[in-house]
Amino acid sequence: MNAFFALVRKDLILYVSDRRALLMHLVLPIVIAAFFGSVFGGGAKNGVIDVALVQQDASAVGRRIGAGLQADPNLHVTVMSRAQAEQAVRKGSQAVAVVLPAGFAEAAGSAMFTPGPKPVIELLYDPSQTAVLAMVKGMLTQQVMSVVSAEMFGGPMGRTLTERSLQQLDAGPIADPALRNMLAAVRTYQAQPQPQQQTQQMSAKGGDAAPRGLSMPFTTRDQGLSNAPALQGYNPYAHAFSGMGVQFILFMGMNMGIAMLAARRDGIWNRLLAAPVSLALVVLARAVSATIIAFCLLCIVFAVAVLAFGVTVSSVPGFLGIALCFGALTAGFGLLVAAFGKTPEAARGIAMFATLIMVMLGGAWVPTFVFPAWVQQATMIVPTRWAIAGLDAVTWRGLGLPEAMPAMAALLGFAALFMALAIWRFQKTPA
Amino acid sequence: MSSVLLSVTNLVKSYGTRRAVDGVSFRVLAGQTVGLLGPNGAGKSTVVAMLCGLLRPDAGEILLDSQPVAAGAAAVKRRIGMVPQDLALYEDLSARDNLRLFGALYGLKGGPLAARIEHVLGLVNLQDRARDKPATFSGGMKRRLNIAAALLHEPDLLILDEPTVGVDPQSRNAIFDTLEALQAQGRALIYTSHYMEEVERLADHIVIIDHGKVLADDTPAALHRRLPARTVLRVDLAEPAAEGVLAALRAHAGVTALAQDNATLDIGLVDNADAVPVLGWLQQNGQRPLHFSTARASLEDIFLNLTGRTLRD
Repeated sequence: MNAFFALVRKDLILYVSDRRALLMHLVLPIVIAAFFGSVFGGGAKNGVIDVALVQQDASAVGRRIGAGLQADPNLHVTVMSRAQAEQAVRKGSQAVAVVLPAGFAEAAGSAMFTPGPKPVIELLYDPSQTAVLAMVKGMLTQQVMSVVSAEMFGGPMGRTLTERSLQQLDAGPIADPALRNMLAAVRTYQAQPQPQQQTQQMSAKGGDAAPRGLSMPFTTRDQGLSNAPALQGYNPYAHAFSGMGVQFILFMGMNMGIAMLAARRDGIWNRLLAAPVSLALVVLARAVSATIIAFCLLCIVFAVAVLAFGVTVSSVPGFLGIALCFGALTAGFGLLVAAFGKTPEAARGIAMFATLIMVMLGGAWVPTFVFPAWVQQATMIVPTRWAIAGLDAVTWRGLGLPEAMPAMAALLGFAALFMALAIWRFQKTPA
Repeated sequence: MSSVLLSVTNLVKSYGTRRAVDGVSFRVLAGQTVGLLGPNGAGKSTVVAMLCGLLRPDAGEILLDSQPVAAGAAAVKRRIGMVPQDLALYEDLSARDNLRLFGALYGLKGGPLAARIEHVLGLVNLQDRARDKPATFSGGMKRRLNIAAALLHEPDLLILDEPTVGVDPQSRNAIFDTLEALQAQGRALIYTSHYMEEVERLADHIVIIDHGKVLADDTPAALHRRLPARTVLRVDLAEPAAEGVLAALRAHAGVTALAQDNATLDIGLVDNADAVPVLGWLQQNGQRPLHFSTARASLEDIFLNLTGRTLRD
């Protein structure tokens, strides 16, 4: 055991004294995870769409449509001129620009009950944000229908337009008794007294209390399903730190393997094996030291995530278990590089490629749910997939140790397989 | 008579179809220094790897005090110290931490380990650099630390694989001083090199290897006796000698070999005392020596005589 501990101690001293390695495996993942976390919604404007509003309709109804859009919590609306809006969308600082043309509200009200051309709202959008365009269209439709129909059923403009529509029907060549009866009923409805306050409230809230006019016939109650504390919800930093932590710690494992290859070439390996210690002991000591280093790195990375980015660890035992098993996987991967690599130079390129493929398919860069279904199934054989899934489980998903155990078992299985292959290969390769 | 410490018998090792070691046999007596001499690629390092238990021979036997040195035999490995050809040190660990590691691998710990570290640092004159990292050492200092790491566990047999590669003459002398101190302690050494002057200086017994085979296995004196010429007389003439003169000189008493390169004659002599009559004969036969020198035949000449090529080929 004296020799074993001496070998582990040596590796730990060498790693800690290597400032470049610490920068690479500790600082870089934190910096990059912080960046990705903020890009994927970690900032204050979580889920809010940037929309430019070109308010060319200065009528009271037109202004109410604009105010309704501005009051929508899903939108961050900035009023600007058309030229500014076009430039902002081209530059990508605004996802969509809504151009509300002059006379829009009146034309829309008129078009509700009479045939003829309908007014047009121009939507200028960033081609990279087509999904956002559909969302903005939906919210705009809700606002226009709510405000214009409320005006038509209760506002002064509605009364004027109803009267005008009835006159046009009466003067027209084709009588439409059903439409005329409906408009007459609307006129009767409009003639009933209504409090101004109620109208304003109806317009501002999209018509949710005793509305005049059309309103959404339902509301939704949105509830993110995770066991994370309800107030926190999904924290994109959690996934970003998982992904980048896994990636850069695997780089550490790769470098460990390459260092072993260099040691074999430089004669240190032979000196170790010339001592009265077995090959298995030397390899095991390297695996243990790499596991300890990987475990500590992941703990430190997540300590920063918790303290500086509000990531919550729902199960400390679960997290420690995943970190330890991932450490073992990292060690196994490093040993595999050392055992099957021919030279440090040749192994570096292949190992780097393998690492990047593993972290990509494991969902370290983007979550696996965006993958096609068959890729999601296929990536179950990628060990990093289990590491990311395990870390997600014990962070933003808010699960506990029992739910993390399948990932831990998978990681340990892969680690054992890698180490067994490495030892087999070491024994087959002459000193 | 000293007892046999190491016995190597008919050692064979092949890499694929290439036979790197082909029936090598030799012995090392207790307290003896054996020089393993051969050009690069002769098979010396493969022999060393098998002696240290790093490689399993395809055939043959290695016994240390009648115990087989099979790969991984801990008890036997504990009695062998290996100084690899490469600088097998951790450059970013201090000299003391390097020694602490290698001592621990041989089961040393605590006070005895600390005492041995101080002892070997003193032996290689690196006490004042114990806290420094080898990365800051000169090549010679690294080589000395490389040797110190193999001495911590006080091995009965120290195997040095080309321990002076790439060091300056001053550092080489320092290493030799260390090795001579070990010889004085009665430690058995195997010293592999392709530098014949190093082997001549240190070895009591020389094993010459080429193409994986032992070409000679004897004491330095006995090897010299095998040479037809034990002294070489080199004479620079005013003009090249004619063929007739050379033919007559070859027949002169005491002359065993003769070669002419331009106006320089290399004359092999049975003995140093034959030089004076040969020089007299040249003058009597119309040759005008401008300069002459004599030299003892070296291991280089022995190797040349055995293989027809130089050690550095």
